[in-house]
Amino acid sequence: MLQYSVKRLLGLIPTLALVGVLVFLFVHLLPGDPARLAAGPDANPETVALVRADLGLDKSLPEQFLRFSGGVLQGDFGRSLRTKRPVSTEIGERFMPTFLLTLVAMAWSVAIGMLIGTLSAVWRNRWPDRVGMTLAVSGISFPAFALGMVLMQIFSVQLNWLPTVGAETWRHYILPSLTLGAAVAAIMARFTRSSFVDILGEDYVRTARAKGLPETIVVVKHGLRNALIPVITMMGLQFGFLLGGSIVVEVVFNWPGMGRLLIDAVDMRDYPVIQGLVLLFSLEFVLINLIVDVLYAVINPTIRYR
Amino acid sequence: MNEHVELQPAETDVPAIPAMTAVRTPWSEFRRKFLRQPVAVVAGAFVLLLVMLALAAPWLAPYDAENFFDYDSLNALPSLKHWFGVDPLGRDIFSRILVGSRISLTAGFVSVAVGALVGTAFGLIAGYYEGWWDRIIMRICDVLFAFPGILLAIGIVAILGGGMFNVIVAVAIFSIPTFARLVRGNTLALKYLTFVEAARSIGASDWTIVTRHIFPGTIAAVVVYFSLRIGTSIITAASLSFIGMGAQPPTPEWGAMLNEARADMMTSPHVALFPSLAIFLTVLAFNLLGDGLRDALDPKIERQ
Repeated sequence: MLQYSVKRLLGLIPTLALVGVLVFLFVHLLPGDPARLAAGPDANPETVALVRADLGLDKSLPEQFLRFSGGVLQGDFGRSLRTKRPVSTEIGERFMPTFLLTLVAMAWSVAIGMLIGTLSAVWRNRWPDRVGMTLAVSGISFPAFALGMVLMQIFSVQLNWLPTVGAETWRHYILPSLTLGAAVAAIMARFTRSSFVDILGEDYVRTARAKGLPETIVVVKHGLRNALIPVITMMGLQFGFLLGGSIVVEVVFNWPGMGRLLIDAVDMRDYPVIQGLVLLFSLEFVLINLIVDVLYAVINPTIRYR
Repeated sequence: MNEHVELQPAETDVPAIPAMTAVRTPWSEFRRKFLRQPVAVVAGAFVLLLVMLALAAPWLAPYDAENFFDYDSLNALPSLKHWFGVDPLGRDIFSRILVGSRISLTAGFVSVAVGALVGTAFGLIAGYYEGWWDRIIMRICDVLFAFPGILLAIGIVAILGGGMFNVIVAVAIFSIPTFARLVRGNTLALKYLTFVEAARSIGASDWTIVTRHIFPGTIAAVVVYFSLRIGTSIITAASLSFIGMGAQPPTPEWGAMLNEARADMMTSPHVALFPSLAIFLTVLAFNLLGDGLRDALDPKIERQ
């Protein structure tokens, strides 16, 4: 088990290195001169040259890359062009709201999604299935930003039950996490259903029924565990979806997280912040997928020995 | 039980069209299974209707979408004169939705078409040649996969600048790896089958084997994914416009319209209602069509 985890972790290094190169090159692909951007629109040529030397942009490309990756490995992403504060501080302040929001959304959507998927598979082609799958296909078709606006209009503006923007109390988390998780719950429901339907057609399920086991035991003990194997892989992919989706949802709810920081940074062309965020987002995504792969191996022993 | 239902249409078909039942071509099988699903047929018809409306939008729209301002009925609710009401600037929402459908459908279709074309080519190469080709292509896919969804699109837009064209490029790039993986998997499954071996034994070139023998086997999966992916791409493109990185006001792109409507949500929520409904119904139609295509093309479905 440990051997498998270490092997998978080492396998990530080339991918992460390539991601690092891409994020580094990002600055050089940006239209315009980063030094001029950093110095500001009114700077004279001398100042721009000074800033260029300060940022290390006058060195050769490989030298710059070494400097960049050395900094990143020590947690130094440079300074924000806008606030002049270290990028790590900027991101640090915004990390928890996004992380908590993603976690809350993931928790409810996976639980509800798997429940709906299981119920739909057990009562296939009957009304629980029809209701569940109608909800699910609507869920994947409704864009998060529109859903967020609708929820905010109903529950905050009309009924005045919940706060509109901000992230101070747990009540602030309700609407954004509902908005963010809706699509994931829908995808999980569809996926769990199809996985479960496959499993319920297997010979060992028929055997379990034939020997007179109650249907609940058949579904929970024989069905659920086997149906979960592909569902867990799906969960990892969905986490990436949530990380991306949080960017849009944070704009709707004016959430003080990393997503809005990214949008502001792109607007202001604050490239050190963009670099740091993109790197962090993809690192998070890759690590979550690794955890999912390891979980997958825990459940399914055939994977480990391949 | 199921087999009985299966047999019935075939029996009634025999006297009417003997040629059809004698030879079950893949196409007739597909048509039979697809037409059996009323929801998918309706969704397909709705998609066709949308495409026709989008094509005819400039002639159908009752008012100019960007430059007509009805100052007498600002924020008016839906009426006979303005079917979907009027926005705070006095523009006719129905005309804007109609013209906006061209943008959303084009964005969805073109980006997925480019993604599918490039992804399929990469997938065929990686799956057929394996070895270094496979390793390089799959590594590129891994790197593209390492950026969660919309983040890649935002990065690309940050480099290329905003605007709808760049959004389409961004969405296309992030569709490539999924198609490449899908086609590679299918290619790997097909290439060791006897008919490919037979083609090689009579001296067929790699090109002929890949294009004439392997590629047709991957089409079903690509078609299904294509339809489902269009829905996702329409949402992604609209999301980018919503956060201000795609189409800019006054362009009547649906996501951009919703962003504009945000400021006046308190006083005139109907301005946000119709673009939301337009995106929802369009994406829903593509998703239901995709589900129907999958059920009609997947041989596993028949057995259940």
